[in-house]
Amino acid sequence: MRAAPPLPDATPLVALDAVSHRFGDTLALASLSFEVPQNRITVLLGPNGAGKTTAFRAITGALVPAEGTVSTFGLDPDREGHLVRPRCGVVSANPALYDRLSGYDNLAYSAELYGMTGSLRPTITAAAQRFGIADALDDSVGGYSTGMKTRLALARSILHRPELLLFDEPTSGLDPESSHAVLELIREMTAEGRTVVMCTHLLSEAEGLADHVVMMEGGTALIAGTPDDLTRQFWPNPIVRLAAEDGEVLDRLSNWPGVAAYRRDPAGARLELDDLSRLPDLVAALVADGARLTRVEPHTPTLEDLYFTIRRQAGGSTAGRGRNGDHNGPTTPGAGPDDAGEETDGDGHRGRSPGGGRRNMLEPVAARWGATTETPPLWAGEQSPLEPAPATAESIAALEAGEAQR
Amino acid sequence: MSALDPSIGSGALRAPQTTAPTRTPASKFDSHRMWVVARTELRQLLLSKDYWMPMVALGAIFFMILPAFLLLVITRVGDISMVQQASQALSVLPEAAQSRIQGTTPQARTSYALAVYLFAPIAIVVPLTISTAVGAASLVGERERGTGEFLAHSPASVREIYLGKILASFVPGYLTTVIGFGTYSLVVNLIVGPEAGGWFFPTTEWLIMMLWILPPFLLLTLSLVLRLSARVRSTAAAQQASGLITLPLIAVAYGQASGTLMGANTSTAWILGAAAWALATVSLFRGVRSVTRNRLLGVAQ
Repeated sequence: MRAAPPLPDATPLVALDAVSHRFGDTLALASLSFEVPQNRITVLLGPNGAGKTTAFRAITGALVPAEGTVSTFGLDPDREGHLVRPRCGVVSANPALYDRLSGYDNLAYSAELYGMTGSLRPTITAAAQRFGIADALDDSVGGYSTGMKTRLALARSILHRPELLLFDEPTSGLDPESSHAVLELIREMTAEGRTVVMCTHLLSEAEGLADHVVMMEGGTALIAGTPDDLTRQFWPNPIVRLAAEDGEVLDRLSNWPGVAAYRRDPAGARLELDDLSRLPDLVAALVADGARLTRVEPHTPTLEDLYFTIRRQAGGSTAGRGRNGDHNGPTTPGAGPDDAGEETDGDGHRGRSPGGGRRNMLEPVAARWGATTETPPLWAGEQSPLEPAPATAESIAALEAGEAQR
Repeated sequence: MSALDPSIGSGALRAPQTTAPTRTPASKFDSHRMWVVARTELRQLLLSKDYWMPMVALGAIFFMILPAFLLLVITRVGDISMVQQASQALSVLPEAAQSRIQGTTPQARTSYALAVYLFAPIAIVVPLTISTAVGAASLVGERERGTGEFLAHSPASVREIYLGKILASFVPGYLTTVIGFGTYSLVVNLIVGPEAGGWFFPTTEWLIMMLWILPPFLLLTLSLVLRLSARVRSTAAAQQASGLITLPLIAVAYGQASGTLMGANTSTAWILGAAAWALATVSLFRGVRSVTRNRLLGVAQ
């Protein structure tokens, strides 16, 4: 076997470049490009039909995209899939287990397919213990709960000690305690030198876990980078929320030195400061002027804020109203009477989508544009506007002027 | 079920070196992987009582109950007109076949002829029926259960998967037939042997048919059935479509088997078998192309 040469540390483990693929009339991947850094957790975020699963398949060579290039471990997964796949561990959205077999047999099957030899029992038992499934190893998988199946699939994915782990919704069906433990294990795996690519709908899950984020929609990557870099890109200034008994007293802040942006709503005011060290002086001045402050809260933008902002700017719905079917395109932005985050899945169940209906509390660009319910997209062409920095002072001023004219 | 136990930590996964992946390149055919695919498929069949119970019943009916009943009726009932007529009907057999019939009484000759020449269909129908049922569900079943995703991401090559599935479909049908054939031999010798001057079964022609002619016909049928299974959208559709392939092949195989049993020249049987093997080999090679990872994932155009 030709051993793949080790990649230099800075070289991404996976690189997709302008990858496109269609399923019939549906464009599943549209010039998708992103990179996965080594020994990091990369999280693919996006609504159903964004192309996350198709991207996973392209990474291992299970699916050969019609256009573009994919590099995994520096290899072409199409031509050299036999060198790529043994080094990958995959947990698909459907656990893909053999229900008639026992948990042990499922793991043994995988171990043997991945070329493991010798006594498998200790390795299988250890993997099962790690995911809390050892007690049920000899039971038929058909009798497992959804959570147990997910755990077994996770155990199966790490059996052969892969360098790259691809997890498609790994905590789906798990209770909160188990989800937390799985995320801890994912962190451990990167500490062991593995690279993890995970896709999830759960923003809270990605928060704090992701070293690198790729936000996808309509088969393309809207933006990619570390969460810190991305939030700095969108919110370069520190944000503070203030509230006072008399809200109008806060309006004077709009012209204060160091205040880059100001917006007031019934709940209070939102400021962007050029430097957070101005806050004590600002508060002291307000108090000296007789303002009775009820809230002073510096706010660090979260991944969730970032997600909804990018989705809104990309023209996608932030209401999570997409169906669970594949390849649904972006929905109309903006709120409506039913913009409460309820969605109907493929089985006709109604439930609250992750973050669905939640209005982005920061709304950085909309605030600057004015209180519109529909945020105009920043671009109209094919090129994503979100790379590089999306909103500069000039662009904001131009947009404000346009909005004022309208 | 206990909660997940992160405290076990990564050390638990530091497996003994003996279990480390050997990372056999999948570009070269790995027969072990093929066996693993086949063995797992067979294990699933064994665990499914609703599958193997009918299989056992089918074998028992065709190889034991039906022949035993007919042969007992003929040899034990005595000199009745039906036996006389059946005995006279033997004259339609080729002369070479007639000359080999043993026994002095009409009952003995009739039962001998039935046992040796007229039960060929059971050796054809049983394995083809059983194997086709398994093969038709094998690839489309992976897709329906979602396990095709696992196989598509695995290092197993499509050739290993395809041949593993062929093997897993071949074994139940052929094994049932071999076991059934052994039982049938016992039944025939016990019932007809005393009338025909001793144990006489299996004859050379039967052995050629079972070991040389039947396997390639079975493989040929399976190679076609698996192609269908890779392409159709549901197991039900695969079962329906495979019937279209299996029925003509049963007719052909039966014709060839009967010809072999009754033919005067065993070399013809060897040539026939060789041709069947060649055809099966070509069909198997071509069949590999029908399995793609896209089809395992269910996203083929």
